[in-house]
Amino acid sequence: MRRCGFVHLLGSVLLIGFVSSVSCEAALTGHESNHSEHEHGSSLSGIPIVTFKWHHVETPYLVALFILVSFLAKLVIEANHHVTNIIPESALLICFGFILGGIIWGADKVQTFTLTPTVFFFYLLPQVILDAGYSMPNKLFFSNMGAILVYAVIGTCWNAASLGLSLWGCHMGGAMGDLDIGLLQYLLFGSLIAAVDPVAVIAVFEQVHVNEVLFIMVFGESLLNDGVTVVLFNVFDAFVSLGGAKINAVEIIKGIISFFVVAFGGSLVGFVFGLLISLLTRCTKNIQIIEPGFVFVLGYLAYLTAEMLSLSAILSIVFCGMCCQKYINANMDENSVNTVRYAMKVFANGSETIIFVFLGISAIDKTLWVWNTGFILLTLLFVIVYRFIGVFFLTWILNKFRLVPLEVIDQVIMSYGGLRGAVAYGLAMMLDENKIKEKNLMVCTTLIVVYFTVIIQGITMKPLVTWLKVRRAAVSELTLIEKVQNKVFDHMLVAIEDISGQIGHNYMRDKWNYFEEKWMSKVLMKPSARKNRDRLFKVFHQLNLKDAMSYVAEGERRGSLEFIRNDHAYIDFKKKFDDDYYEEVMPDIMADMSDDHGEMSSGRRDPVPSVSLEMHEQNMKAVRDSEDVNTHHLLQQHLYRGRKQHRHRYSRSHFDVNKDEGEVQEVFQRTMRSRLESFKSAKMGVAPPKSLSKHPKKEQQQKMSNGKSLDKTRSYYSGDEDFEFSEGDSASGFNPSYNSMPMRVTYRAGAGIENLGFMPDLDSGPSVQLPRWLEDSSSVVPSQRAQVQLPWTPSSLRRLAPLRTSTRSTDSFMMADAPPNAQQIDLPPPPSPPASPPPPPPPHHHHM
Amino acid sequence: MRTNYRWISDVSSCCCLCFFSVSPEQIKNLHKRFQQLSDNEETISRENLEKIPALANNPIRKQIIDAFFDKRNQHQNEVGAFQEIGFEQFLMVMSHFRPPTLKTTEEEREAMRKEKLRFLFNMHDTDNDGTITLEEYRKVVEELLSKSGAIGLEAAKAIADAAMLEVASTNVPHMAPDDFYEGITFEHFEQILKGLEMESRMHIRFLDVDTMTMRCGKSKS
Repeated sequence: MRRCGFVHLLGSVLLIGFVSSVSCEAALTGHESNHSEHEHGSSLSGIPIVTFKWHHVETPYLVALFILVSFLAKLVIEANHHVTNIIPESALLICFGFILGGIIWGADKVQTFTLTPTVFFFYLLPQVILDAGYSMPNKLFFSNMGAILVYAVIGTCWNAASLGLSLWGCHMGGAMGDLDIGLLQYLLFGSLIAAVDPVAVIAVFEQVHVNEVLFIMVFGESLLNDGVTVVLFNVFDAFVSLGGAKINAVEIIKGIISFFVVAFGGSLVGFVFGLLISLLTRCTKNIQIIEPGFVFVLGYLAYLTAEMLSLSAILSIVFCGMCCQKYINANMDENSVNTVRYAMKVFANGSETIIFVFLGISAIDKTLWVWNTGFILLTLLFVIVYRFIGVFFLTWILNKFRLVPLEVIDQVIMSYGGLRGAVAYGLAMMLDENKIKEKNLMVCTTLIVVYFTVIIQGITMKPLVTWLKVRRAAVSELTLIEKVQNKVFDHMLVAIEDISGQIGHNYMRDKWNYFEEKWMSKVLMKPSARKNRDRLFKVFHQLNLKDAMSYVAEGERRGSLEFIRNDHAYIDFKKKFDDDYYEEVMPDIMADMSDDHGEMSSGRRDPVPSVSLEMHEQNMKAVRDSEDVNTHHLLQQHLYRGRKQHRHRYSRSHFDVNKDEGEVQEVFQRTMRSRLESFKSAKMGVAPPKSLSKHPKKEQQQKMSNGKSLDKTRSYYSGDEDFEFSEGDSASGFNPSYNSMPMRVTYRAGAGIENLGFMPDLDSGPSVQLPRWLEDSSSVVPSQRAQVQLPWTPSSLRRLAPLRTSTRSTDSFMMADAPPNAQQIDLPPPPSPPASPPPPPPPHHHHM
Repeated sequence: MRTNYRWISDVSSCCCLCFFSVSPEQIKNLHKRFQQLSDNEETISRENLEKIPALANNPIRKQIIDAFFDKRNQHQNEVGAFQEIGFEQFLMVMSHFRPPTLKTTEEEREAMRKEKLRFLFNMHDTDNDGTITLEEYRKVVEELLSKSGAIGLEAAKAIADAAMLEVASTNVPHMAPDDFYEGITFEHFEQILKGLEMESRMHIRFLDVDTMTMRCGKSKS
């Protein structure tokens, strides 16, 4: 597998090498041949059938190929986790870049693929930063904002200044031989290499899972200090162009002012754009398909606008992402939110990959390399040393103010995690060769620093984290009670602060929350979204599903229906709390799951108790989510599958499913059939002949309940004979009368009866039923009621087995409910009366 | 005023053990606040606390105030409630909210954590029988959600039930049919909340107002 991938990769590498060499030659031979060829072609004959127009597609083709190669590289690298566990992916990508660069160099004799600042800053960086901002844990960020700002602003300035000055000092001391670099240029160099790079940092820290405070420190710092470093760079660049002589106090003050204006202006632009996105997504109800597009386009515009106003584009896009995340997540359709999340990751991850490959390729360029041992090694040394000094000193100050001080180990990791990356390289490439004679040396040094930090420090980071026993992040998800407790916490802390009369952190947060709740949410959020975004509910909902899952799993473990009826903790709960817990919690789940039949749900909701309906409404969002997933799933599974007249409607603006009456009917029937099918087979599975002796009790009980429910349904549904569903009904514990004592009594009475007897009527059910459904749609309604409860039938218990590992709980439920059943057309044996002797096993049994 | 300060120094010396990270200035600040709340009386009553305007919006106001008057939070193995509390008791309750420092050892951290958890537990366990029963828990959740408006009482109840169920299923995974989960005991409570990093989160900052406003003058943009 791996080898195959590699061969493939090599193939594409060679291809790209070939292609670029061809392009190069063509470019060298130039216009003339091109022109004559063209003329030649046109004069030769009429219409050429096929022409090879490489130049026509050259640039986009190369870009696409390059991206493809980078992605394939990632694929190969990620194929083997033994390697990525030791060496971080970013380092491997850079190494791959070396190889690729070598090949290109060998083919072209010139490096055609270097990362230009334009490409990097306009096309590769924005999405990475936007993604970081969008998925920023806001609360964590703002509660550590002070520290992050200190590190990002003061730390970066310190790094830049100390590095520049030290290098200059060493230069003066004669450590680097003869170089044409002045103090200002050293400072400029210092400022470009000062910043910790978010791309590199995230790539490494993602794999080590440090605790969240440490993570947000490193992450937040790296994001913000990129902005800072660009600003610093511009200021010093202006100073360099101005020339040392003309710099006076006024210019310096102007520089400092511009620093703040640029930084805060950029943040403000981002904030405004964030609000704009939030507002826009409020009214995109009718164009859901392009809804996610707004986020990307406006985010990019925020970046460009800030750049246009010569404000900090990086800060702008960070804050844009941070501001809008909450509102767009609430405003947009759940599908759109998922799309945004996913697309964001695709872009960010993709461009991260490309950036690293580019970084590797850039090294293979003979014209670039200028070696100056003193300069390079000293830079490397200073970069690391000053990072440590800076972090320790700033933390020492911060710890005097922080309530929870940062520990020494955390400080070590923070310092060591000061990876430099593509931003530094991009800035170095932006240097003006006319003004800075030693540009190439600076670029080389930057590259060496980047390689050293990303590869060496990246590799050693994980062992270091383990060795120092850094507190890792807890990976468990929050349980409901923890969520509740968190809320209690927040309120309690605020209250205590109120009582002790202090305006503290919590106080400010409370006020902000209040303001946010009152004004911002009102303006920026759809009213419907505002109602149901309480996080408690989300967890509650998830928890419900989880319960259902474990319930089903438990049933499966015991392998029988019996358990559902009799001795389960949940039922026990119901008994003990004796306030219809079931009616509150379980139906909600059921309503959820059965919402895949949303179109025909008019009669369905009746059996769901009113309480859960309320819940249902409040939970609309989550429900709608699962509903959509379910609907899609169901339709994929069932809609006209295996039919010739597969009707596929293409629409660019709607993603919805066919809602024809006929189709709905069809879907319904198919589902019903498949459910029947699976139900029956589950029955068979539950009661295989050889296990009879083992579980006599269970079997008997099944029989009894079956018979009983048969009667009941008959009376309920006036002749609609799908008693299987009512069986499911009683099994679900929905109808309390079935699983309580009277049942047991009847079972005792009927003890000793051989129990395969009830199988045939199960088989006969569908064959009797189906024609009727086809001809009469009125019978649909009662069956729906049964359908509501179907997820609780043993069929789903059985079917869940292979699917339980799937991550999406709703999904797996639906899959359990809706097996791909193409073979159910060949339906069961002819009907036989319920009381008939045990028949041979039904023919379709071995399909399963 | 003078006598007051002398008294403070007494208090601070006697509270030194339980209060190792709160400096005399902070105690002074708290004492000022105490006097402000009590209208310069020696003791403070429920009404005094209920009058705090900022507290009006707090959904669990009642529980918090109760906690101040709860004898269990005074570390003296007494139960019941005070009618009024003096500064010492006030301080004692406040001491539950002190942050850990760099010097705090592991054992101290653990003790601190227990103590904070106990405080939280007591807040839920209103009838002081050692377990948080479903009724008690429901009450808290109801209060918690009462300000949220959109969410009804029934929903709060359902949430409390689900949370309780969750506790039961995590702590007593194999429940016999006739078992009855009485409620959350302290051990279970501890078990459930062990992911919350109580010792480093349940704290507030006892500083004077000036530094606070300076530090918190930051906002979103």
